[in-house]
Amino acid sequence: MTPRVAYTNARVIDPASNLDLPAADTGGLLSDGETIAAIGPDIFNDGLPESAVQIDCRGAILCPGLVDIRADLCEPGAEHKEDLESGSRAAAAGGVTTVVALPNTDPVIDEVSVLEFIARRAREVKLIKVFAHATVTRGGDSDELVEMGLLKQAGAVLFTDGRRTIVNAKVLSRALKYAQAYDCVIMQHPEEPVLAEGGVMQSGELSTRLGLPGIPAEAEIIMLQRDLKLVEMTGGRYHASHISTAAAVRAIAEAKAAGLKVTCDTAPPYFALNELAVGEYRTFAKLSPPLRREDDRQAIVAGLADGTIDCIASDHAPQDQDSKRLPFEQAEFGAVGLETLLQLTLELRHNGHLNLPDALACLTYRPADIVGLPVGRLTVGGPADLVVFDPDRPTRIEPDNFVSKSKNSPFDGRLVQGQVLRTVVDGRTIYSAAA
Amino acid sequence: MSTPLRIIREKLNITQTELANLMGTTQATVSRMEAGQWEPNASQVQAVLAKSTSLGVDLSVDDFVLPNMSVSPTNGTSLAASEVGFDHRHLLGIQDLSPDEITFLLDLSNIYAERNRTADRKMSLLAGKTVINLFFEESTRTRTSFELAGKRLGADVINIAVASSSIKKGETVIDTAVTLNAMHADALVVRHPHAGAVQLLSEKVNCAVINGGDGSHEHPTQALLDALTIRRRKGHLQGLLVALCGDVAHSRVARSNIYLLQTMGARVRVIAPPTLIPAGMDRLGVEVFHDMRAGLADCDIVMMLRLQRERMTGSFVPSVHEYFHFYGLDYEKLSHAKPDALIMHPGPMNRGVEIDSAVADDIDRSVIHEQVEMGVAVRMACLDVLTRTDPRTAP
Repeated sequence: MTPRVAYTNARVIDPASNLDLPAADTGGLLSDGETIAAIGPDIFNDGLPESAVQIDCRGAILCPGLVDIRADLCEPGAEHKEDLESGSRAAAAGGVTTVVALPNTDPVIDEVSVLEFIARRAREVKLIKVFAHATVTRGGDSDELVEMGLLKQAGAVLFTDGRRTIVNAKVLSRALKYAQAYDCVIMQHPEEPVLAEGGVMQSGELSTRLGLPGIPAEAEIIMLQRDLKLVEMTGGRYHASHISTAAAVRAIAEAKAAGLKVTCDTAPPYFALNELAVGEYRTFAKLSPPLRREDDRQAIVAGLADGTIDCIASDHAPQDQDSKRLPFEQAEFGAVGLETLLQLTLELRHNGHLNLPDALACLTYRPADIVGLPVGRLTVGGPADLVVFDPDRPTRIEPDNFVSKSKNSPFDGRLVQGQVLRTVVDGRTIYSAAA
Repeated sequence: MSTPLRIIREKLNITQTELANLMGTTQATVSRMEAGQWEPNASQVQAVLAKSTSLGVDLSVDDFVLPNMSVSPTNGTSLAASEVGFDHRHLLGIQDLSPDEITFLLDLSNIYAERNRTADRKMSLLAGKTVINLFFEESTRTRTSFELAGKRLGADVINIAVASSSIKKGETVIDTAVTLNAMHADALVVRHPHAGAVQLLSEKVNCAVINGGDGSHEHPTQALLDALTIRRRKGHLQGLLVALCGDVAHSRVARSNIYLLQTMGARVRVIAPPTLIPAGMDRLGVEVFHDMRAGLADCDIVMMLRLQRERMTGSFVPSVHEYFHFYGLDYEKLSHAKPDALIMHPGPMNRGVEIDSAVADDIDRSVIHEQVEMGVAVRMACLDVLTRTDPRTAP
């Protein structure tokens, strides 16, 4: 039985309710068992409740545990890169309390049994809350729809073919229509696959100098524009993954203005790095979509600042050494991101693009609302999923110290500010930084 | 065996250690110089000459040269060439080189080119050293050229062809590198179908690595041999107008040539259909043309590029027929270039695709065979400079 815990001296921020309490020893947050019992500036005016354990946050920030709606946890199928336990520990170290796993596993998550396997493993690991998306098509690469209604009942969060684009317009339009019966969202990786075929980085002067086949930025907007027309046609709910170009930000803004049920996210590499990170064939910077030009990066920052981009996902894609220590063209795409998600998002605040509550909104209730999970906010009676962090503490990103099984971060050695001090799931501390 | 340095040392009546101190090197190095495996550089020669003057021993520069060396030091043997130096562990691309370093390599290559034309072209400079040709991609002429270069210098040359099938089976570049590294080669010549693979390999080995072509990235020795060919014919590179024609998009030869020619002060044009011009080409400082006649106007050099067979039929150009009509080099198109313009091709040629047979075989205009000849000299120079310091004893 988890006891009552009194979090004192914390600046309590809940972006969902516009709550921002200054740190005080008379106020804070009280959890009782798995839920939040009280939040307020004066709840400890008469001293701590009897039998409550006190956690003195010493002026740090306390906010809802982070929600990551797109991460590869690699189980089942690629446990040498990550598994549910290592991925959960990595999430906890990054302040993430809820992860929705992508269905690109082996076997893919296209039927209830695989979904139940994930749920069972998450119960066994018993760290963070792990949910999973299901594929839109059988096998994640066909033209046949999965049993969407049954999967939704079994807990599938939304439907996506993950890192593969749903190319067939008829299949996507039917999925967008059919999903409405069960109020499901279809999530797309928007990239025109034939235009992008064989490409390994952003097309341009740098790709020409490196002699690497390029992917034009237009591959993203071409597929996105088509998808938006299908959304308009069907009235379905659509979410664009990791948008990376200025054109995509504009298209999403226009679609939202036109009243379409459209949301999107981006990932830290797309607002914190540009194509130059590829440098001399750094395979850790080989991502899909590829790192773009500087003006695209700036447009992503602006899209986050004005709310066009709804949220930030980690895009966690663990790759082992054997998948990355290869010539650039042969190396796998992807980067780990769970453990650096908060620090990199805080850069937006430190650089003056977003204030702290807005930056945290991108990581808490906004992603939770897109996927329809009751997490990402501080409510009395709601789950005590919390993160305590110091937003200013300077640190260096050192992949060797990652909890994740894989170390493929393009941010190796980057100096950042922000340190997760404590991660709490259902009232239980599952991560605590070494003092 | 009595080598020049040993004779000199006996004349001066000093020990190897004393000589090493004089030359600012180690006794082990002096020992290797005396064994004929190494040559002193110009400053070391000067130091010894100064010492001989102070001791009153009669000594001249000629005493440092092997009796059978036919090239005299006055027209610049490697003794003179060493003055500039080449401070790189590997030769991965032209992008890393300064104009002085390129000139140094070309000067040294020219010495080897002259030497190769004499009957006395077998040397022992690299005696006891091992050169491994590691080819992950089919090649006949580049591999043969490197093999010949290594053997002319007296090295033991081993050819390893890694079939593309075994790359697919999971044998990685790094596995191969680590295996070869254990064999203590002195130089590795590597060709790989993927850009950046040679650099990746170079990070995992202790010996010098020469890029023999990596994907569409670079082919530095090809650019050097092209430059040497041009310089011997035209006397200089500065100010020349060079046209590169054909599949620039997929060509490592084009990229290395663009970097080298621009570094040396030549102007570069590329002429190709738009599908064969890579993204961002204008930002490389070249002029882009889609019309052969306009592009060739006033050119001093016409450099043709090979068009891969799989790119000829519909994917990048509609047909061979159409390609040759608009971009194949024939006398009519050539007439727009300068009357003394040279025709070059890195080979192997697709006659009737990118170049007309008569033009290719024109002994007055085509220097295609000279390019092949210069290839051996350039590769000798590269092997020479990159094996001058012993990597395994370097700090």
